[in-house]
Amino acid sequence: MSKFKKKKSGDLPAISTASLPDIVFMLLFFFMVVTVMRDTSIKVKNTLPYADQVEKLEKKDLIMYIYAGEPSDRYQSVAGTEARIQLNDKFASLRDIKQFVFEERQNAREELRQAMIAGLKVDKETNMGLVSDIKTELREAEALKITYITRKGEALKNIE
Amino acid sequence: MARRSAPEVNAGSMADIAFLLLIFFLVTTTIETDSGINRKLPPIQDEQDPPPLKERNIFIVLINSNGDLLVEDEPMDLKNLKQAAVQFLDNGGGTGDEACNYCRGAKDPSSSDNPVKAVISLQNNRLTKYSDYIAVQNELVAAYNELRNREAKRLYGVTFTEMEEAFKSESYTGDKDKLKERIGVIKDMYPQKLSEAEPKRTSS
Repeated sequence: MSKFKKKKSGDLPAISTASLPDIVFMLLFFFMVVTVMRDTSIKVKNTLPYADQVEKLEKKDLIMYIYAGEPSDRYQSVAGTEARIQLNDKFASLRDIKQFVFEERQNAREELRQAMIAGLKVDKETNMGLVSDIKTELREAEALKITYITRKGEALKNIE
Repeated sequence: MARRSAPEVNAGSMADIAFLLLIFFLVTTTIETDSGINRKLPPIQDEQDPPPLKERNIFIVLINSNGDLLVEDEPMDLKNLKQAAVQFLDNGGGTGDEACNYCRGAKDPSSSDNPVKAVISLQNNRLTKYSDYIAVQNELVAAYNELRNREAKRLYGVTFTEMEEAFKSESYTGDKDKLKERIGVIKDMYPQKLSEAEPKRTSS
C-alpha cells in the first residue's frame, strides 16, 4: 500500500471553529468592561417624565439616586399605595434622607464630596408635595446640587 | 513501541461557556447614561427680608393641581410659555444704568428692565403632578437656552449648548479656559434666575 494516498477531492473540509471562542471572549471582555451592575432593584413605579433641555450626567459615581413614586404592584400589600421614597434598596421616610446623604458623602472620595449631585428619579404621577419635601430635606443636608432625571422627549408629551 | 502523542484537549465546549458568560453580561449591561435638568437649590438661611424687586421684573408662573398654567394672571397653554418667557426676559425696558444693549425685545415699560434683573417665579401647590412641573421647568430652561444660544451665536459664532458640550467633552482640543470664560460671559448676560416658592398647602 502506498503511504501517499491522493486526497479525495469530493468533500469540503470542515470549517475550523477553533477561533470562535476567541471572538466570543473578545465580546465577553467588552461587555464585562462596560457593564455597570444595577445595584438597586427599584421597588417603586418609575416612569420618568419627558424633557428635552437636558444635560448628560457623566460621572455615575457622583450621583446619589433618590427614587420616589407609588410602590410597584408587588410591594403594595406591604408598603401601601401612597407615593414613597426609596433610598438604596429599601423604602425610606423623609427623615432618612439626611442620613443617606451623609453616608453617601462618607463613601465618596474626599475631593469629590463637594461635587456630589442628588439625582431625583421621580415617577411622573407623583405629587409635588413629596418632591418639595425631599428638596427641603436636601437643602437642610446641604446637598444643593440636584438634577431631575428625565427621559428624552418633548415636554408636551407630558400632558396627555 | 510507537510513541503515543498526548491527546488534545477538546476545546469545543469553551465557546459554550464563553457564550453563557457573554449572554449574562449582555443582559445585565446598561450602557445608557442618565440625563436630566440640573438645578441648584438655595441654601437655607436665616430669616431676612428678601431684596426689593420691582413688580415688573417678576414673571409669575403658577401651576395648579390639574396642570393648568396661570402666567402673569392669565391662563396660558404650555406651548406658548416658552415664547412668553423669552419675551419677558428679552424685553430690556430699562433706561440709563439699567438699559440692556443686547436685548431685542419690545422694550415694553411694563415688563422687565434687564435680563440680569428679571426673575421667573415658579409656584405650584402640593397636588401638582411632577410631570407638569418638569414640563414647565423644561420650557423655562428652553427659553433661557434660546436667548443664550442667540447671543453666543452673535458673539462667538457657536451656540451656547455647543459650547457647553465642548467644555464637558474630553476630546475637545481648543483652549478650555477661554471657553469657560466665554460660557461665563453668556451666563452673565442671561443669568438663570428661577425662584421656587414653597408649594402652597391649599389647592386652588
